[in-house]
Amino acid sequence: MIAPAWNLLPLAEIATSLDAGALDARECFIQAAYVVASVLFILGLKGLTAPDKARNGMRMAAVGMLVAVIGTLLDQQILHFQWIVLGLVLGSLIGAAISIWMPMTAVPQRTAISHAFGALAATLVGIEHYQYMLERLAPAHEAIPRVVMGALGFEVMFGSLTITGSFMAFGKLQGFIPSAPITYKFQNFSNIGLFFLAVAIFIALVIVPSTAGMHPAMFYAMVAVGLLVGVLIVLPIGGADMPVVISLLNSYAGLASSATGFALGNNVLIIAGALDGASGFILSILMSRAMNRSFANVLFGAFGAPPADSAAADAHAGKTVRSITVEDAAIQLAYARRVIVIPGYGMAVAHAQHEVRELAEQIESRGGEVKFAIHPVAGRMPGHMNVLLAEADVPYDKLIEMDEINGEFPRTDVALVIGANDVVNPAARNDPSSPIHGMPILNADQAHSVIVLKRSMNPGFAGIENALFYDPKCALLFGDAKSSLAKLVAAVKTA
Amino acid sequence: MGITPFLQLYVFLLAAFLGYQMITRVPALLHTPLMSATNAISGISLVGSLVAAGATDRGALSVTLGVIAVTAATINVVGGFMITDRMLKMFKRQDKK
Repeated sequence: MIAPAWNLLPLAEIATSLDAGALDARECFIQAAYVVASVLFILGLKGLTAPDKARNGMRMAAVGMLVAVIGTLLDQQILHFQWIVLGLVLGSLIGAAISIWMPMTAVPQRTAISHAFGALAATLVGIEHYQYMLERLAPAHEAIPRVVMGALGFEVMFGSLTITGSFMAFGKLQGFIPSAPITYKFQNFSNIGLFFLAVAIFIALVIVPSTAGMHPAMFYAMVAVGLLVGVLIVLPIGGADMPVVISLLNSYAGLASSATGFALGNNVLIIAGALDGASGFILSILMSRAMNRSFANVLFGAFGAPPADSAAADAHAGKTVRSITVEDAAIQLAYARRVIVIPGYGMAVAHAQHEVRELAEQIESRGGEVKFAIHPVAGRMPGHMNVLLAEADVPYDKLIEMDEINGEFPRTDVALVIGANDVVNPAARNDPSSPIHGMPILNADQAHSVIVLKRSMNPGFAGIENALFYDPKCALLFGDAKSSLAKLVAAVKTA
Repeated sequence: MGITPFLQLYVFLLAAFLGYQMITRVPALLHTPLMSATNAISGISLVGSLVAAGATDRGALSVTLGVIAVTAATINVVGGFMITDRMLKMFKRQDKK
């Protein structure tokens, strides 16, 4: 019987054939730090599956980050610390300042801009690594290995389009770029064309050896096209689609980090990036599903660009809406047994979450029961409403997800809609001609009565008339949500 | 081409799969903190930028890009963890009030 060939090799040789580069003690320590960091990241995210374990989980993840950074600083390539300290101090100050003083209503903006920062870091590391390898390999006339070039190309392409895309999303959320979709002729055609141009350059970068003189020019051309694509692809996307866009950019920023890990041969980067990428991907799917639309439709649909006026508006031409006074609304709420509050982006814009909680407390002190119905795409990012209401001290067991609460509307006395519109439009359920038909909605129309707090009669973001407002049991209370709610609180107290 | 890219691919796929399984179990209630948490964690690209900013054998360009990258990544790490904690601190149950 012949033994397999590897059995004949001396042990030491087997060891080296398995472990290509033997590590010295310092490198072992660095790698061990990365392993520990990876485990802590995973445990940290696992904590987020339960609200009462989440804070501890995130502390673990933060410790993981510290371990990874300390490990890296031991790298013997690093000899100069002054610049590192400058970046760390500057970044910490800016990051801390933003997170301490930022109002909770600005969470979507902060999230969008942080995707831009993350992608910027990944892209710059990619560019630096490319230049460094070019210079290092040039004297020997060697090309950057194709695998590394592929990772670098991916990192820089996704990174660059995420930088500008996230910045555009930030601008739209912050309000210095109009949040309405900006559309023009052949927009989808040119956007898709540019994206494929970037992909084509990426493929060429991998095929053409980096020793070729034109290689750097191609590389930077890809960066430029990527930056341009990021701007153009977010232009036609309107405010209400932001939850999907933010989630997608979250995923891209993660994938760019992961690609950095492939390029630098660093597993903790690969793992952390993959976790981020997976998270963003799941959230994008959930958000698209909550709007009954596909990614492609969100990205290329330019939803609501021409206000869908004709059919929907005509259907309600002869009907009128019923407005209600604060006093009447207060009496309805004061004597209601079961109330469901449906918050929307309008509540965030008016910063009315504290008044909402006060009103809920007033109703409860009179023996009524108040719950909050949270639609997955209410607001401008996943979970936006939950954070705002938690900030206003609404206990989280009263924040109920759509599927769970929809069955309760028929037993509900008053559904109170605050700054939400499309997510309660029964046309999504009943009217096959409606652009939002098929989108899962909160069945506010099944409550015994509905009160809608609304600034004016302007249609919602999607430019679609809301059939709910014309329902005879629905009454509208016009005015700014915050001041309307404050008046309601006072009126319920004396009712 | 050595074995390394394949090992990296294993790591990536396993982490992505694990992430997918774990994150589908995060309740919608915590989706906003989840996003800022993953954002803070992906600030791990800090690790890559530290080498660029601190290695002596690389030129001024490397250092400049590195410092900007360190700053951007640190904003995400510090800001991300702090804001996630600020948000999570707000989520309270009724009975604890």
